[in-house]
This record gives sequence, C-alpha cells and structure tokens, in this order.
Amino acid sequence: MRQDHLITATQLSRDDIEAVLDRARAVADDPAAYADRHAGRVLALCFFEPSTRTRMSFDSAAKRLGMNTIDMGDVDSSSVSKGESLSDTVRVIEGYADALVLRHPSEGAATLAGERVDVPVVNAGDGAGQHPSQTLLDLHTIREDHGLDDLTIGVMGDLKYGRTVHSLAAALTEFDANQHFISPESLRLPRSVRFDLHETGAQIREHDDLEPILDELDVLYVTRIQKERFPDENEYHRVAGEYQIDAETLADAPDDLTVMHPLPRVDEIAPDVDETDHARYFEQAHNGIPVRMALLDTLLENANPDGDEGTEVGR
Amino acid sequence: MSDHELRVSKIRDGTVIDHVEGGQALNVLAILGIDGSEGLGVSVGMNVPSDRLGRKDIVKVEDRELSQSEVDVLSLIAPEATINIVRDFEVVEKNRVTRPDGVTGVLSCPNRNCITNAGEPVETRFDVVADGVRCDYCATILRSDIADHIDV
Ligand SMILES: [Zn+2]
Repeated sequence: MRQDHLITATQLSRDDIEAVLDRARAVADDPAAYADRHAGRVLALCFFEPSTRTRMSFDSAAKRLGMNTIDMGDVDSSSVSKGESLSDTVRVIEGYADALVLRHPSEGAATLAGERVDVPVVNAGDGAGQHPSQTLLDLHTIREDHGLDDLTIGVMGDLKYGRTVHSLAAALTEFDANQHFISPESLRLPRSVRFDLHETGAQIREHDDLEPILDELDVLYVTRIQKERFPDENEYHRVAGEYQIDAETLADAPDDLTVMHPLPRVDEIAPDVDETDHARYFEQAHNGIPVRMALLDTLLENANPDGDEGTEVGR
Repeated sequence: MSDHELRVSKIRDGTVIDHVEGGQALNVLAILGIDGSEGLGVSVGMNVPSDRLGRKDIVKVEDRELSQSEVDVLSLIAPEATINIVRDFEVVEKNRVTRPDGVTGVLSCPNRNCITNAGEPVETRFDVVADGVRCDYCATILRSDIADHIDV
C-alpha cells in the first residue's frame, strides 16, 4: 500500500488491501517480531466523538508496536469545546505525534485533516461517512473463513447511516463480491454509496427480508438500527424487530455461514447465536489488533522510508 | 428584429451569455454575484424562442468579463451556453462552455453534517461526475439542484 493516509475504503485497491491483510497475518503469527518496530514513535488518538472500543483497539495496537500513545481526552474537556477548528487542532497535534487517528462527527473530517498535516491520518469514523480500518479487520475476518473470492455476503440493518457498511461495500467491489443489502426502506444505502457501487459495476441487490436469501450467503453482516433514526419509538421497535436474528433464524442457514457484527450490539443478535458455529463477532473485534498493527506499520513505513524499522514484511 | 434583440447586439463592452436553458437566467446572475447593486448594465431575456433549445434565456452584462471559475459553474447549470465577449461593439471571443473536472469554492455542500459546513477554514471542492457534482469531502452528490447551492 503506497498511501499517506487511510481516509476511505474507496481509496484502497485490491493489492493495497491484500498487502495489509498479509501483514496482519504475519503480525498475528509472530507478534513478538513487531514488538519494538516503532519504539519511540507516538500515536495521537483524536476522538471528537465518544468511542471506547475503537480507541482502545488503536491504543493497544500502537503499544504492541512499541509506540506510545497520547489522547486528547473527552471533547468536553479539550480546547475543541472552546471553539478551536479541527484544522487548527490537528495542526497542533501533528507536532506531538508521528501519526493521528481521528474520529469526528462530521463527514469529510478525516479528508480535511489529511490535507492539513504531513503525518499519516487514519479515519476512525467520520459521521455517517466511512470507517476503513474497521473494513480491513472485517475483510481479514472474512478472508480467514472464506477467502475473498466468489464471496456472497448479506449486509443487514442500518445501511443508510452505517459507516462500517459504506466502507465494507466499497472495498468488496475490489473482490467482485455478490452483495445483498437487507434493510427497511427508510434505511437503504445512501445515493453516494450506491453511485460508487454502480460505477464499479458491482453486483448488488436490495431486500426487505433476510429469509429468502439466507441459504445463499457465506457471510451475514449485521448492524445496529439506532433508535434516533426513527421519529417515534413504536415505529423503531416495529422495524428493528424485523431485523434481529437468533439461533432459530439461523437453523436453515448454510453450515459454514459466518455471522459478523461491528459491535457493540444491542439486541439485533440474540445471545443464543454466540453458542453457534456461525458467530464470529468477537474474533472479528479481536482481529482489530493485528490489522491495526499492520495498518499503522504500513503507514509509518510509507511516511518514514529511510526509517530503521528493519526489513519490509508482507510486501 | 425586436427591440430586445437589438439591445443585446448593441453592447459596447462586456459579456453576452447566450443559449442558457430557459428559466436559468437568474441563476446565471446569481453565479456571477450580480444583483444590480453593482451598477453594471444588465439585460435579461427569458424564454426567447430558440432553434436549438426551443426556449432559451440570454444574459447580457456590460463592463464585465467572466472568470474561469464562473464559467465552470455556469457550465453545470447551462451546459449549452455560449459566452460572447464583446469589446467596442465587436464579439471578440465566442466560446461554448465545457464541463470542468471540478469546481472549487463556489458551491456549498447540501449535507449539513459535512465538515465544510462546520465553520472550518476550508473552501468547498466538488468533482464533476456523470450527472452532477460530488463533494470531495463527504461524497454527497448534487444533481439537478446545483443552482440552489451556489455560494455567492
Ligand atoms: Zn460535503
């Protein structure tokens, strides 16, 4: 991957993705070999929106590469609440760190940050936009189970605001996956995502119900439908209830169906699914560590071509 | 020849924007940031019969020539337009507009949650795509409603 930043999944070619995933596999196989790889370097965690798991996942990945991390803390207590622009904030933090991880409530925030600084920026979620590091760990999880060729995937839930969905759908076009999208009418894919999918000639189909296509799927990727998306609570309960799965839903599913979820889940996957062979969402979350290690390693290597990190791995 | 057409041909120095899609003349003026308060001589012909368009609008602005970024945005709402630069009563240049690759700093993003609408010191930037323009920051696509988002 010859990229300065990771902003959207659409910027990634198949080769880029495979290079990071190969490296993630190497990291997972021999984590000790990476333990000091970026010793002395600092990763800044800039979360303008609450998140515990993504922040912790990057924190852990950085530390396992020998890095230190700095964290701007809660937005309420930082200068952002005093009205400082994102442009200024990242320019200041750039001087403190070798790379930035950014989560922000506005779409396009990471693109802007990437234009303002010279150190690598990783988009860890921009509003309803993109969340490409999640996509890399999703793809890693899928690849370990099924490979990425000839894949048939069903993505269910909130497709309109779900940034993990937008990034994943874009990346899967690089692998010519058959993509099924299952959601209520009001939460279908947004126009911009649809546009990108059509541009690539991707095979996509949209459905109201999971049941008719369940037996075709290799992967079922479930996302949360949020209460805030609905004007009234009854409507939310009625709609969300139709997009929940439990062990019984999966009784007729193919034996090797992989069920994924970006987590946190609320009640869209019943706990009884955890006990089935389909459940992969906890491994998926754990895969965030080697994948984010591989990603940071790659970006830091690109940013410091004369660095002393040792030999290239996975390229 | 009607009085109106006579007037259009009688401009001394300035720009005549012809073959504007019927009904878009006021948007053309909005793109140019002209509302009359500048004191420029402005004539507008609306829904004039046209061989090429059926009905067309014509905008004539005296003592004003267009910048490239103005022409770029103009091309998005008036793709058939011709731009005639007039100096000393002569048409010295006659150009068809061409669609640019992108437009910078002229349109505002319709997505209220876009970072370009968050008070940042940033110029908007849109890529021109098949049937509209697309925000470089949030990827929102703007189609027929481009004229509503001209930032003047
Ligand atoms: Zn935008």
